[in-house]
Amino acid sequence: MASSQSLTSPSSRMPSAKTVMAAITGVMMVINLYLIFMVAPTDSVLGHVQRVFYFHVPIAIMSFLAFFVVFAGSVMYLITRSPKWDAVAHAAAEVGVVLVTLALITGIIWARPVWNTWWTWEPRLTTTLILWLIYVAYLMVRSYAPTQSKGAIYAAVMGIVGFVDVPIVYYSVVWWRSIHPSPVVGPFAQADALDGTMALVLLYSFITFVFFFVYMVMERMSLRSMEEALGRIRFTLRRSGR
Amino acid sequence: MNGLLRPVLVIVWKDLLLELRSKDLVVSVLVFGLLVVLVFNFALNNAPGRSEELAPGILWAAFAFAAVMAMNRAFVRDQEQGGLEGLLISPVSRDAIFLGKALTSLVFMLLVEAALLPVYAVMLNFSALSFNLVLTIFLGTLGFAVVGTLFSAMAVQTRSRELMLPVLFFPVVLPVIIASVEASTRAVGGETFIGLGRWLPLIGVFDAVFLVICPWIFAFVVEE
Amino acid sequence: MTTLIGEAVQVRQLEKSFGEWPVLWDLDLSVPWGQTLVLFGANGAGKTTLLRILATHVRPDHGSVAVAGHNLRARPDAVRRRIGVVGHRSLLYDDLTCQENLVYYSRLFGLKDHKPRVDEVLEKVKLGDRAGHLVRTLSNGMQKRAAIARAILHQPDVLLMDEPETGLDRESVAILDELLAEWTASGRSVVMTTHDLDLGLSWGHRAGVLRGGKVHFPGTDSHGGKDENGDGAIRQAVTAALEAGR
Repeated sequence: MASSQSLTSPSSRMPSAKTVMAAITGVMMVINLYLIFMVAPTDSVLGHVQRVFYFHVPIAIMSFLAFFVVFAGSVMYLITRSPKWDAVAHAAAEVGVVLVTLALITGIIWARPVWNTWWTWEPRLTTTLILWLIYVAYLMVRSYAPTQSKGAIYAAVMGIVGFVDVPIVYYSVVWWRSIHPSPVVGPFAQADALDGTMALVLLYSFITFVFFFVYMVMERMSLRSMEEALGRIRFTLRRSGR
Repeated sequence: MNGLLRPVLVIVWKDLLLELRSKDLVVSVLVFGLLVVLVFNFALNNAPGRSEELAPGILWAAFAFAAVMAMNRAFVRDQEQGGLEGLLISPVSRDAIFLGKALTSLVFMLLVEAALLPVYAVMLNFSALSFNLVLTIFLGTLGFAVVGTLFSAMAVQTRSRELMLPVLFFPVVLPVIIASVEASTRAVGGETFIGLGRWLPLIGVFDAVFLVICPWIFAFVVEE
Repeated sequence: MTTLIGEAVQVRQLEKSFGEWPVLWDLDLSVPWGQTLVLFGANGAGKTTLLRILATHVRPDHGSVAVAGHNLRARPDAVRRRIGVVGHRSLLYDDLTCQENLVYYSRLFGLKDHKPRVDEVLEKVKLGDRAGHLVRTLSNGMQKRAAIARAILHQPDVLLMDEPETGLDRESVAILDELLAEWTASGRSVVMTTHDLDLGLSWGHRAGVLRGGKVHFPGTDSHGGKDENGDGAIRQAVTAALEAGR
């Protein structure tokens, strides 16, 4: 009966923690929106467009953190071969790709009015684009692999190689830009000009997105653990059937 | 060291023998390399006087695409009758297998590049007689070969493998492409070794990092 | 040949599944030196998987496996030196000659003075006159023989053969007959799978049936064998066991 216990316990415990997390994230997000649109002062130079910044910066930072989680999960998976680590890496990669996509879109929305161009080969932007391509490849190689376990290994390989590569990409683009200058500055240049309220709103928004990220990863992992529970049931049936 | 080097050379010898017999890889990549230059020449409107500025870019675009072509074939022969399986159940270490395959790809690509370079020099009107340029090509190609071999071993197992390799390969080798183009531009312009700046060290760091990581990871890629 | 220690194959509590497909579980098996074990089983029963695990090519999920006295997890390279593998594919390169293929494998195994050894094994499988032919120009039966030559090249102690009879003509079967008899007479062991009941029973000292993730030895309690019971009884028992598995 030990096996039936292990089948039910993760699925019965997961939702409660997840629901609490969902509630916290939801409340925090509503407050976040209120702060961004009602409390934060309108930027004297840029106007309302500047409010995109409160989304863009936390999302961009979270997306880089997400890929640190992918990297750590991938290394641990290759060493321990425990599917739990693969589940963490997989969930973080999926959420991370969504976050990078959002970061790119909010970046473009920001760039057009502020820099008067949709896109610029600025180091941070370029690195974000490469990051996006690397983790799309991560998800693709996982689903194109011949078996699920090979997919997990191939994805872990991409998770490690990609993460190690990103700093090299960043420096190569920074140096490239220093000799091919373009008339644009990074979003952090504005951060110096933040007044106290703005900085606090930004900090709060960042914390909100940390919760958002953790909640999304939990949601994705619980979906996968349900898939796996179903798989274990089929597994047991196949063993006893033969 | 001897224990690692011997099997590496045995693998390279086997692949060279196979290639010598069919010649299909080197010849097709060579023709492909010429076609890429043709396309870029007209796509970028390479008029006289602009060559100096465009040639290194065209050169590396051609080398990068040719590398993907060559890497796509790297494990195909080992797949046909189970040659890779034969390697895996021999007492040769996984590191040696990886390094052997990477060295084979490096040799093939350097052969192709050695044949293409004089042709490019004439067509794109630049001087290829530069130690710095040759060194850049060697280091850049080494980076392609190391990362490409790892990804090729994965891609050859996946569905639509010919498409999978570039998707994995290009984002990761972007720093090599940037640095190689920059270093080549300076080398062609007659700069000294110091004048190449940080670009050669950047490629060197990339090569070193992945020469350490890839053999370790390769063992996981080939296991069942 | 090195001194033969322990048993040729010693498997305890082996478990292997592919994703959510269980293939082998709680599998125990031991093969003594000087014997040929023949494994029968329906398609998909896990015969090939078991052989590929013994060949160090597939990694088991649980359990301990020792081949030729070496633990597979701790000393895979030592195991690889002591086994010869004949699989479904030849593991040879079509565009190299028989001789080049064997020289290549001799070098991988680090054999000293490999030229005479290559000639010797080619003679053994009666391919001496084909040494310089490309593998792709050989018939299926000859390619299989070349694969056998490759497997015995480094003088292993345990031969692992996955359905060796497929593609073999009468002449090749006779060659294999002789080779197997000589092999076990010198104290070495063979584990093979087959679908051919007649050939399998003539080659094997023991006959096992792979079913439900485990190896069964029909017709006997634990130490089966044609010598004790006679061919007919074993044949009936194996057939019955195979039928029961369907």
